[in-house]
Amino acid sequence: MKVFASLLIGLWAAIAALPVLAQNGPLRIEITEGVVEPLPYAVPDFVAENAGAAQFAEELSRIIAEDLTGTGLFREVPKAAHISRVTSFSSPIQFADWKAINAQALITGAVRTESGGRLVVKFRVYDVFAGTELGKGLQFAGNVDGIRRMAHKVADAVYSRITGEGGYFDSRVVYVSESGPKNDRKKRLAIMDYDGANVKFLTGSEAIVLAPRFSPNGDRVLYTSYESGFPQIFVLDVGSVRSRVLRAGDGSMSFAPRFSPNGQTVIFSLTRGSNTDIYAMEVASGQMRRLTDGPGIDTAPSFSPRGDQIVFESDRSGSQQLYIMPATGGEARRISFGKGRYGTPVWSPRGDLIAFTKQAGGRFHIGVMRTDGSEERLLTASFLDEGPTWAPNGRVIMFTRETQGATGSASLYTVDISGRNLKRVRTPGGGSDPSWGPLQ
Amino acid sequence: MKQMTRAVLLCAALTAAACTNGNRFGSDSGFNDSGVGVDGINADPSSPVYFQQTVGDRVFFTVDQHVLTDEAKFVLSSQANWLLTNADYLAVVEGHADEQGTREYNLALGARRANAVMEYLIAQGVPRERLKFVSYGKERPVEVCSEEACYSKNRRAVTIISAGLGL
Repeated sequence: MKVFASLLIGLWAAIAALPVLAQNGPLRIEITEGVVEPLPYAVPDFVAENAGAAQFAEELSRIIAEDLTGTGLFREVPKAAHISRVTSFSSPIQFADWKAINAQALITGAVRTESGGRLVVKFRVYDVFAGTELGKGLQFAGNVDGIRRMAHKVADAVYSRITGEGGYFDSRVVYVSESGPKNDRKKRLAIMDYDGANVKFLTGSEAIVLAPRFSPNGDRVLYTSYESGFPQIFVLDVGSVRSRVLRAGDGSMSFAPRFSPNGQTVIFSLTRGSNTDIYAMEVASGQMRRLTDGPGIDTAPSFSPRGDQIVFESDRSGSQQLYIMPATGGEARRISFGKGRYGTPVWSPRGDLIAFTKQAGGRFHIGVMRTDGSEERLLTASFLDEGPTWAPNGRVIMFTRETQGATGSASLYTVDISGRNLKRVRTPGGGSDPSWGPLQ
Repeated sequence: MKQMTRAVLLCAALTAAACTNGNRFGSDSGFNDSGVGVDGINADPSSPVYFQQTVGDRVFFTVDQHVLTDEAKFVLSSQANWLLTNADYLAVVEGHADEQGTREYNLALGARRANAVMEYLIAQGVPRERLKFVSYGKERPVEVCSEEACYSKNRRAVTIISAGLGL
């Protein structure tokens, strides 16, 4: 943990003395493909329970609001409109005051500092119109430098209680940080919080690095580096920030790696002669198995969440298209039949969708389709969008968008799988090839 | 990597124009013994500078293709002659793609292009063990506009020579 500030968040602890209302009330967002009206909520500044905590009280509520409002599913009722002041975590809630400003959900919280630079954060969520608490009050502790994570955990709990789905705020993204002009681009691996905060570099910019991919539990990152002069796959241990080459070099190119859902197998592309095929390697033994065998370009493989199938792209039909084959290789069935070219498929965490890059009519799109190729929907369109990665809950996709022309540069964007809420991720400098890690 | 670094430095030491020169198919291209590069730089015919500027170090491809054009074959025949004459040099063929494609596919496409060049050189008699290829996909464009004028220069395979064991 040299690079990352160590962050010890205690186990989630239910506040025993609080009333428990486990069932979800009428306050509920059903996330559907249709347009939703964002749910209005209020999150007053957290109550500082001691003098040292004052500086954190506003920050917590601000980060929680950024998370929730950032989904496009929630709308914050500005603090200036609040009638009630929450001055004590245990005071009764004046529901009428929150109803009057049409805040349907209310999040209250408190923070105190403890010795050793620790923060203790607790919060409650209320269904204002039902006049009840939504779920249990929770508290947890962490180091001061983990304040953003604690806020993300609160926001995840609120999101999850109101939508009935898992959150994604307390997660990290590994990506390629980019700087410099287009014909001398410097690329470094970097890791950040999902919202672009806390960027840390994992490699230098001496060699080109491409397409990092998190392991399922976030402990390792696969990436491709030109360190040896030839693209080779490396495995980086996130804790120690040390990397090793996955496969001893024989001068052939290997790239496009991804882990299996159990983290024990890596699938990737290997180029021999003019032919690029997909292989699987057991990480522990180094044992390799060839999964595709044909003269076409077979690349960008991605496992199904159950690990029994692999989606990949191939130009065996004459142009880039998506195929699914058993995880052991064998006959592949084509799933993309629309106009244009399809690449970079990624299986959703829920298993129901494949995200992809589509090129058609001189434009690039991020899209999703069902695993049988039906119900294709394009979510974005631009000069160059590519390389989708799924949020842990399968509701949001992050991808690379590159702008046109001599001064073009790459940035990270997110979009909801409904196609709404397209946003740029606020990274310092350019970014490409994101890989969204698990909820921490 | 040492060999490649050397070659890259060599390229950097020349003018930018020399490294991205589009005029190499003009009257000065081909194998001649004038010892003068296209930019008037005096160069020994057995020097890397001569190879790069006079013989021509790169060939170009059409969209999504790795088939060698007649023009490309002409340049590559000259490259093969040079490599056969200057038997102490090794070469790495670098394949590139334009930005109009996804990253992984372009890596594989660049490999196809570089491999096509390498196999052509081998077919002309250059020993396989003196050659290697690598693809940079769309990672190393020489021209930066987002138009065909630039794309056509970026869809390339560049033969980078470096001194072998004998030198």
